[in-house]
Amino acid sequence: MQSKPIALTVLDIVSVIVLGISTYLALVFAPTEAVMGDVQRVFYFHIGTAWTGLLGFIIASIAGIAYLVSKDMKWDRFGVAAVEVSTVFFFLTIVLGSIWARPAWNTWWTWDPRLTTAAITELIYVAYFMLRQGLDDPEKRARFGAVYTLLGGPSAILTFLVIRLFRSIHPVLTNAAEKAQETMGMTGNMKVAFFFALFAFTVIFIDLIWHRVRLGSLQEKVEQLKLNASS
Amino acid sequence: MNPDIFTPRDTARPSFPGAVLAIIQKDLTAEFRSRELFSAMLVFSLLVIIIFNFALELDITVRKSVAAGVLWTTFAFAGTLGLNRSMAVEKDRGCMDGLLLAPVDRSAIFFGKAISNLVFMLIVEAIVLPVYALLYNEMRILQPGFLGVILLGSIGYIAVGTMLATMSVQTRMREILLPILLFPIAVPVLLAAVKVSGGLIAGAEWPEILTPLNILIVYDVVFVSIAYMVFDAVVEE
Repeated sequence: MQSKPIALTVLDIVSVIVLGISTYLALVFAPTEAVMGDVQRVFYFHIGTAWTGLLGFIIASIAGIAYLVSKDMKWDRFGVAAVEVSTVFFFLTIVLGSIWARPAWNTWWTWDPRLTTAAITELIYVAYFMLRQGLDDPEKRARFGAVYTLLGGPSAILTFLVIRLFRSIHPVLTNAAEKAQETMGMTGNMKVAFFFALFAFTVIFIDLIWHRVRLGSLQEKVEQLKLNASS
Repeated sequence: MNPDIFTPRDTARPSFPGAVLAIIQKDLTAEFRSRELFSAMLVFSLLVIIIFNFALELDITVRKSVAAGVLWTTFAFAGTLGLNRSMAVEKDRGCMDGLLLAPVDRSAIFFGKAISNLVFMLIVEAIVLPVYALLYNEMRILQPGFLGVILLGSIGYIAVGTMLATMSVQTRMREILLPILLFPIAVPVLLAAVKVSGGLIAGAEWPEILTPLNILIVYDVVFVSIAYMVFDAVVEE
């Protein structure tokens, strides 16, 4: 039984600290937005979870390719970890977005292209877990999971691009921020809170994936021991 | 189609197009004899359109704005029916193993199955579209541009559908799983197809439908190439 690596413990502590700092920056340090008021503060975490969510889906696609090429189960564990953490983060993104949308758009939900594609991306990865559940053979589960994340990757990318391709009411943040009318003009302190939130959620994301990968390999070890004991 | 494909004149591996054609021929012959799949898809499509008729109360004003959505929903549902059936037949009677034993490239099997699925879907569409046009007096859905969009949308949908159907028949949930796997993945294709065909019905300007049309073509290429590359991984035992 290998014990928990020290680096992981350190990362746990760092995660909690950066989450605390990021909360402080978002809720206290950043100035109140002139038009939207305090509800705009939800945006820092919204972006943090959205970024890590989409990142995880794309990482899962890459892990899928790596698995199909190498047939090494460690890539499967990595892919599952990325999808699991991302599914939760992406769900949080949608919930946080709704909280912002209620006062800003006067509705919790609207069938805007951005929101629609986000909901569908979330559903793809719910279907991913159903697919895995329907397969008993771990090798086949890994293979099909890898193929499915590969197909899901383009959808995650479309979610990111859709506000630039279709007319959408969702605010645009990156590229030509000065030119776009509906951009959220950010002051210096807002930018600090924004970039720190991105950093904090990336750290938390890595920490959670590490935990999940470790859990996956421990699970496999237990299976193996059970097989040995019964034979 | 070349009837010589089946004659064992030489023991050399059949060419790639030859293998694809052989699989298409097999599927079409089997389907022509039983007509199970085709009649089920066709009757189902017509039923869905009739249900839409009173579910949405398709009067003359509503009709124009929802026609594209109604048609694509119908084709998507009928498509899953066909895809499930076409793969379940292979799986149940152990035909898939036979196909895999054949000394041909695995991707030839994929293209063979995908093209025969596409043919079934196109036949159903070729009957449903004129019927819809007649019933709802909507002749614009028969213009060449609209039919082109139907073809493009069907290609993307069937490419990814054939792949996922091959996966879902191997799971414990079998047929139930296919729509759950397929619909969210196929949404970019369906979304773009509905936008383009809706635009064509409404008589929209060319630049307006260009973006969704590009997305549709890009996703066709992406899905066909991903399916081509990973089909091996889905069928190996």
